[in-house]
Amino acid sequence: MPSSIKQIGITMKYTFLDYFRSRRFFILLLLTFIISAILTVLVGYYRPPSFLGDPTTDTLSFRALTFYSSWWGNSVTFVIILGGIFFGGDAISGEFQNKTGYFGVPNPIRRSSIYIGKWLSAFIAATVIFAIFATITLGNGLYYFGANVPIQFGQSLLYAWFYLAAVMGFTFFFSSLFKSSSMSILLTAILFLFVFSLIELLVSSLINVEPWFILTYGAGIIGNILNPLGFPAHVSHNPIGPRARFTITSYAAYVPEGLAIIGLYFIITAVLGLIFFERKEFT
Amino acid sequence: MLEWRVLVTLTNPSIEAVNLSKRYGSFVAVSGLNLKLEGSKCVGFLGPNGAGKTTTLKMFTDLIRPSSGQALINGVNVHTEKKKALESVGSLIETPEIYPSLTPKEALMMIAEIRGVPRTERIKRIEEAVSEVRMEEWIDKRVGKFSKGMKQRICIASALLSDPTILVLDEPSNGLDPRGMSEVRAIVKSLKRKERLIFMSSHILSEVSEVCDEVAMIDHGKLIVYDTISKVSAKVSGGENIVEVGLLSSIDAAFVTKKIGTLADVVATEMKDDRNLRIRFNGGLDVQERLLSDLVRMNVGVISYRPASSELEDAYLKLIKDTV
Repeated sequence: MPSSIKQIGITMKYTFLDYFRSRRFFILLLLTFIISAILTVLVGYYRPPSFLGDPTTDTLSFRALTFYSSWWGNSVTFVIILGGIFFGGDAISGEFQNKTGYFGVPNPIRRSSIYIGKWLSAFIAATVIFAIFATITLGNGLYYFGANVPIQFGQSLLYAWFYLAAVMGFTFFFSSLFKSSSMSILLTAILFLFVFSLIELLVSSLINVEPWFILTYGAGIIGNILNPLGFPAHVSHNPIGPRARFTITSYAAYVPEGLAIIGLYFIITAVLGLIFFERKEFT
Repeated sequence: MLEWRVLVTLTNPSIEAVNLSKRYGSFVAVSGLNLKLEGSKCVGFLGPNGAGKTTTLKMFTDLIRPSSGQALINGVNVHTEKKKALESVGSLIETPEIYPSLTPKEALMMIAEIRGVPRTERIKRIEEAVSEVRMEEWIDKRVGKFSKGMKQRICIASALLSDPTILVLDEPSNGLDPRGMSEVRAIVKSLKRKERLIFMSSHILSEVSEVCDEVAMIDHGKLIVYDTISKVSAKVSGGENIVEVGLLSSIDAAFVTKKIGTLADVVATEMKDDRNLRIRFNGGLDVQERLLSDLVRMNVGVISYRPASSELEDAYLKLIKDTV
């Protein structure tokens, strides 16, 4: 009988094959190309200073950083969340609802091997999409600024990949909570696209508490590292309203702090998801 | 691991439920089930809907956990040592779905790899298993387009892939058309010839009569009876069994009464028509076998001889009704 590690690899290989041939992979690929194509056309046609900087006043490296910040920093988290939802949203709940679990689980294989194998295949599938988006970003960057690729882009790329792991851990955790695929996909999407951002905004601006417990807050480092004006201040108070009577407080996680938040989310949700899957029953 | 494999090969395959219970809140699905199946045979698992058959089989395949008690396979607890316990078990529970983008060959290759089928044998084993369920021409087509019956066949092939000594089958002919059901029965019968312990739930009593050697009946989560089919039937009929005999040519009623009706252990004879008899007798398989020898010696032209399938049905209805 193969070792559990080997069985993880086997599960990963075949579930990745399933992902790779699935309609959802091609839909996400298409979405990535659409997002990239829109950006390419808009930047190429309008040449907005918010993307390309001002050639008369800004240095080349400043303009390159502006480009990667606007292109990559603003979009990559969205691509990552889509990857998490598409590949992780129903990865575990689908085993119950679609009954694919009845094919794999009654074999001499630990449930943890199935869980980790599926996680890895979903992560690889999402990484393929992520890599395509990164390549298109880099291609455009090279076109406009040549080999002047800021080191911060490399850092942001690594943070983003780490964030992808955490998002996938979270979506798997959510997926293992439910037996309905649509429920797990819907709730994951709502959480990442609306709820996290809303909580982050409310907590920081209304009660002046740093939202260190929100994953998307930690992921802010992906865009902030590319800020051409320098990494933003940890806390900033922005006056609003007539005669600046009100102030809104906003927070920006430090890089180590952001990495810690992402890492903790990854570890905690991966472990919890695994525990739930181990205990869940095929009734 | 090698020592354990040798042990499993040398000892009789066994499935054992020890005080096995499953509760969902206040609902008791399986209640203190004690059942030991051992040796190469086919055991039918019978009971009405909701009796706890599938729940029991799921506990033997790690799909659900027992609330108390143990599910043992070859003496190994399925829930504490799953890999070891299920190493020699092939199973089919409900109608599993296969990852839709995979072909049967790929899906079966995944199972073969997980089960540690040697690399050099994988393709051969897959082709044999697929051939056994008559799906050869679909082996490279994607499963997503298959009907329920086709998927069921592939799942049966996956259960057979590692040549297991124990098979746990939950209504294996469920969802199949009449031809498919007949083919599955033939497959299960052929598996019996390969020294296996088969534990099979079914609603189709004729299927169980035809395929199984023993039956375990369960109702409201409790074991009602476990014995050979003939003994279970005999218990209900007061020790009597019935065989149906088909003859090549017509037979005289007087001959039936005087010659066959007076054979040892025969209680009564009944002519369904001039070529078909029902013989009621006292005793089990030994008497049944002797009776056949006697009839052959009489040169009455026996062309078929089988236990009346309604016997099991009678027993089922009596036993299950009694518990309500």
